[in-house]
Amino acid sequence: MSAPRIAVAVFPGTWSERDFGHAAGLLGWDARLVWHTEDDLGSPDAVVLPGGFAHGDHLRTGAIARFSPVMRAVEAFAAAGGPVIGSCNGFQILCEAGILPGVLLRNDHLEFRCDWQWLRVEEPRGPWLDGLASGDRVRLPISHGEGRYYADADTLDALESNGQVALRYADASGVVSDAANPNGSLRGIAGITNDRGNVLGLMPHPERAVEQEVGGTDGLRLFHSLDRWLTAQPAAAERG
Amino acid sequence: MRWLAEVHVRLRPGIADPEGQTIAGGLRALGFDAVVEVRAGKLLRLVIEAADRDAADAAVSEMSRRLLANPVMETADWELRPESVPVDGAAG
Repeated sequence: MSAPRIAVAVFPGTWSERDFGHAAGLLGWDARLVWHTEDDLGSPDAVVLPGGFAHGDHLRTGAIARFSPVMRAVEAFAAAGGPVIGSCNGFQILCEAGILPGVLLRNDHLEFRCDWQWLRVEEPRGPWLDGLASGDRVRLPISHGEGRYYADADTLDALESNGQVALRYADASGVVSDAANPNGSLRGIAGITNDRGNVLGLMPHPERAVEQEVGGTDGLRLFHSLDRWLTAQPAAAERG
Repeated sequence: MRWLAEVHVRLRPGIADPEGQTIAGGLRALGFDAVVEVRAGKLLRLVIEAADRDAADAAVSEMSRRLLANPVMETADWELRPESVPVDGAAG
């Protein structure tokens, strides 16, 4: 297949779109930035909702962004089974849009937390985690003030029983604990997938961990997973 | 006619509110030992055009449901009154 093409949605206040573009460039992929007022993603192989502060995070994180024209296209792409990743603010937007369940609340300690964070892979479902194994440890940057994952107990139980809890905050040994939880997320949840597995939302930033020079390359594992998954799939044009 | 709606957006009971807890801690540090609990929320003041109170109420209800509150974590309730002065209190 030809090099993967990713569409990166950009809202006023988005700040990670160029990092995703840079990561895609390292891999020889084509990345197209799509402004929030556009409703045509241009037949990509995968869609990225990057981090930032869309529309200033006013009212609630993601609350305004979710009604953008580009989100109608993202919702349709996700509903058709296309690979979608929402990192940080992108995760918040996916939750506001109802594409993923739950919500991200203010960190329990009220601090903006910018740090490297160990994660344990729980359920490596879907295109973004296909190349990882349950129990794997990955180290990715986090950079957020509102990352406390919350859903009611029934929703949390359903996520667990459906295998939708993708990543949990852990320590360097891969042990999940309150001490390793950087924001008070319920059940240590750092990332979840939708029921079908094609949509991944996570607070950490895989696109900021793609070069050893800036601290680590574990983020590449998600991009390599997508590459492998796409290679095993019919091309986007054939998917229709 | 114009109506003023004051919409209170509150975190649902049982959801931890670190902002409220921090404010409570600040009050206690000032010696207000009587403070048992603080919950932080939002107050949104909307001026809307509506033919009557029922129409205004229905409009605010729909706005709250679709945008102003996220039902996963929040509730919204509101008070309505005929709007007679500019919402920011400024003349003109």
